[in-house]
Amino acid sequence: MTSTVRKLNRADLTRRLVAKLKHDEAVVAGIGNSNFDLYAAGHRPQNFYMLGSMGLTCPIAMGVALAQPERGVIALEGDGSILMSLGCLTTIGKVAPRNLTIVIWDNGVYQITGKQPTATAGAADIVAIAKGAGIANSQWVRDENHFEQLIDRRFAEDGPILLAVKIDDQPGTAQTPRDPTLIRTRFMAGLGVGRSGALDM
Amino acid sequence: MAWSDTFLKVLKDNDVRLVTYVPDNVLTPLLKGVTADNYFRSVCTTREDEAVGVVAGAWMGGTKSVLMMQTSGFALIANALASLTVPSQIPVVMVISERGTMGEFNVGQQLVARTMRPVLDSLGIAHHTLTDEATMPFIVDRSIKQAFMTQASVAFILSPLLTGGNPAGNEKLKSA
Repeated sequence: MTSTVRKLNRADLTRRLVAKLKHDEAVVAGIGNSNFDLYAAGHRPQNFYMLGSMGLTCPIAMGVALAQPERGVIALEGDGSILMSLGCLTTIGKVAPRNLTIVIWDNGVYQITGKQPTATAGAADIVAIAKGAGIANSQWVRDENHFEQLIDRRFAEDGPILLAVKIDDQPGTAQTPRDPTLIRTRFMAGLGVGRSGALDM
Repeated sequence: MAWSDTFLKVLKDNDVRLVTYVPDNVLTPLLKGVTADNYFRSVCTTREDEAVGVVAGAWMGGTKSVLMMQTSGFALIANALASLTVPSQIPVVMVISERGTMGEFNVGQQLVARTMRPVLDSLGIAHHTLTDEATMPFIVDRSIKQAFMTQASVAFILSPLLTGGNPAGNEKLKSA
């Protein structure tokens, strides 16, 4: 499966992803490094940064995708986090929201807690798991160009799509402000949902 | 009208269109009503905390939803409530079928039920125990409106006094 896959860098690929977003796509980024690097790539109103609730990135993204079926929704999740909630992949495989893309950053370690190895450092294969869960369009990303090609094609195909990326063990490159209500209200405004009024001016 | 039909009518009156759930015997009439009515979209999740995530995402995307589960399922979601929806002020409307009381046969259910109201109280989440069809529509209607207006979660605990309890448990009581 992944023996020929070169290890890529999460911050670099996150910047490449954000640069491709031209249609106000929603991006839901998981706890820790996934959302730190999304924030580092430049804040956008359609970004949601998770400060807790490890493992709920994909369910949150699916909720957004169901509520706004015409908007592209991207979940950025780590291997440790998705291993905590593999069941949600079966729900996504069953519900099959066509506007949902999942990116799994797989560094094989719980980087932020001291690089303890995850199951994907051994035999566990995220793409095999996702395919087995019913997300047929799941694949490993080979390199930066392949990632950009897949991200380009994503919007032309029916989802859900899962892209798994073997990455290095570098930490996140910025610190997202820890203000959950601010993050939530800005995200809702970015999705055209939030309460509006003079306070927004 | 059955209690479950009345309950679903109140959900519809409040524009609640998405029902997330993990199945339960007591919830079965509610879930049958949901799946039989095209007004609702239903998503059966593998775990209750997964459903909290779906509800949160749907709310932020502009869709009102509800999470149905049993008592033991609520015990799985303390972290999702404490680290996602409560600090983010995302309203989660919870419908919890109450196990562990009034004829419970499973000691595990009895114990986990005792954790439910203290967890709700410690998180500052309003909860109402629904015991009769006469007061239920008023409580549910007003509390759902309050939850969405104030962006604060609410839990409706379905007492055996309302639902008749777990059918499997009721059978066991006959021979107890």
